[in-house]
Amino acid sequence: MTIKPIKRTCVAGAGAIGSLFACHLGGVAESTVLVRRQGHADQLNQHGLRSSGKTERHSRIVASTDPADLGDVDLVIIATKASDVEDTARRLAGHFRDAVVMTVQNGLGCEEVVAKYGDWPIVSAVTFMSGNRHSDIHVEYELDTATWMGPWAKGTATFEQVRLIEQLIEQSGLKARAFPDLLPAQWSKLIFNAAVNSISAVTDLPHVKAFARREVLTDLGHLVFAMMDEGKRVAEAQGIVLFEDPWEMNVEATSHGQTGNDDYAHAPSMLEDVRAKRPTEVDWIAGAIVRAAMAAGVPAPISETMYRLVKAREASWKLNQH
Amino acid sequence: MKVCIIGCGAIGSLFGAHLAKLPDVEVWAYDPNREHVDAINRNGLRLTGLADFVAPVKASSDAREIPACEFGIIAAKTLHTRAAMEATADIFRDGAVCSVQNGVGNEEIIAEYVPRVIMGTTFPAGHVTAPGVVNQDTGGKTWIGPFLPKPASMQEVNRLADAINRGGMICLPMEDSRGALWTKLIFNSASNAMGALTRLPHGIACEQVWPVMSALAEEGIAVSKALGVTLDGDPVALLEYGKQVAYKHKPSMLQDVLAQRATEVDALNGGIAKIGKEIGVPTPLNDAMTVMIKGLEFSWTLKD
Repeated sequence: MTIKPIKRTCVAGAGAIGSLFACHLGGVAESTVLVRRQGHADQLNQHGLRSSGKTERHSRIVASTDPADLGDVDLVIIATKASDVEDTARRLAGHFRDAVVMTVQNGLGCEEVVAKYGDWPIVSAVTFMSGNRHSDIHVEYELDTATWMGPWAKGTATFEQVRLIEQLIEQSGLKARAFPDLLPAQWSKLIFNAAVNSISAVTDLPHVKAFARREVLTDLGHLVFAMMDEGKRVAEAQGIVLFEDPWEMNVEATSHGQTGNDDYAHAPSMLEDVRAKRPTEVDWIAGAIVRAAMAAGVPAPISETMYRLVKAREASWKLNQH
Repeated sequence: MKVCIIGCGAIGSLFGAHLAKLPDVEVWAYDPNREHVDAINRNGLRLTGLADFVAPVKASSDAREIPACEFGIIAAKTLHTRAAMEATADIFRDGAVCSVQNGVGNEEIIAEYVPRVIMGTTFPAGHVTAPGVVNQDTGGKTWIGPFLPKPASMQEVNRLADAINRGGMICLPMEDSRGALWTKLIFNSASNAMGALTRLPHGIACEQVWPVMSALAEEGIAVSKALGVTLDGDPVALLEYGKQVAYKHKPSMLQDVLAQRATEVDALNGGIAKIGKEIGVPTPLNDAMTVMIKGLEFSWTLKD
């Protein structure tokens, strides 16, 4: 089977992650962007997109609020928040018939949503890079860690197609790694994210060293460990052998402090959502573990509790106004 | 009879003022808040709201100014139990101290300082409205009984209960007051933890996270059963009842969280978790709530 080279790309959703992809891909392909706001599209068409920080790039961008304006593309990267994937996929329906679609959302379950709106080959991805979006036309590349990708297990994308995307992204200056089976890596990150994000969202506590401390009974690390352990049992019940141990990921992440004490204070995305009183991605993160646990018949009381608490916290923003 | 209130905030003031109405009871109050103490000494201790009177209470922030008393009633926040007993122990060298504080674990600390201890549980509520002035928000009963292994005699318990009753509050002396304490403890731990972590008032929290709230109470019930405590009410039914009558009430721990004050979690969910661990009853959800509320308190110390 011959594989079509990737000459033209479309990034749907130009937040920090989407902007990083679009800007870098502009150096190795024709980069188009699907956005919601007309003003955003105008800015990108007029000024292009710039990255600073880990890389310095400036790319020409073709942007629109309507996919019909973007021409045929070979690769679509959906880089919206998980809660916006359904709406984005609905807008993509009927367009880009020859493209491979890659999802890079946190958590699990966005691939299913996309598949409802077209028969594109779907590539699953999780990204560990981070960026800080300074404006519509300028993004700072902060954490230059890789994006991992693999063929979605329930779809038609092949590993060769994934390798091609990996190569393109690597050539563009970002980091990528292709896996024949992404589930082990996806579940490692899912379990890590579910515990860190939901506990952070409920306690207002950024991902500090306390998340890894398990000395006395009242140390937060006990809960993080217990929740991750629950997630690991759910993965195991599905026959997934994790790529990395989530607890080790947690210990590693919280030992990165510049000063080696509690000053390392990365705010997980769910805490940022809570601070801004935005809906969180808990349905795709802790919620995905709860659903998988139910399907596998594995009890997950801690994950269920954390899921409920985050949902209640979201509800509190409306309810407390009265 | 001389009684000293230890921690003369809202609850301490309710007991102090009612007892001070009696001609045969001399009431002292130990409280670290000087402004409050000065106002009490100047104008008497004033209750408003459900009760409305002024009572002659002698207050001090210096325990050495307080004479030896037969009874102490400690109503300090659980966080301050040790410091309060450290300061006042000498007043009760021949006396009995009764805790009417929230949660579990206070009596053990008090027993380190005084010869005889009474375990109490109280339901009335109020709040300090100005120095020397406390509004009584709700009425309710108080249960008191000897605390093992350092019990006050039943005769002493009866004597204190009699004074409280004559002062106009309702107090039930009993041989084993653990049932009342654990009933309130389990109710409080579930309601307070859910309020603190969802930031929702009691009734709305019940609607949003009832499976968690009731599971927390069930864990506490399992621990109390293993301890051989006979609860004097069903905490789950109390939570449901609270949903009707206190729908918009913010549990004290939620008030603490909103004001970024240290909470009483150690005496509530933390107390249940600790005792559960000691006697081998698993309490995974109370464990989880304890460490998260601790984490939330810690978050206030971080910059930005």
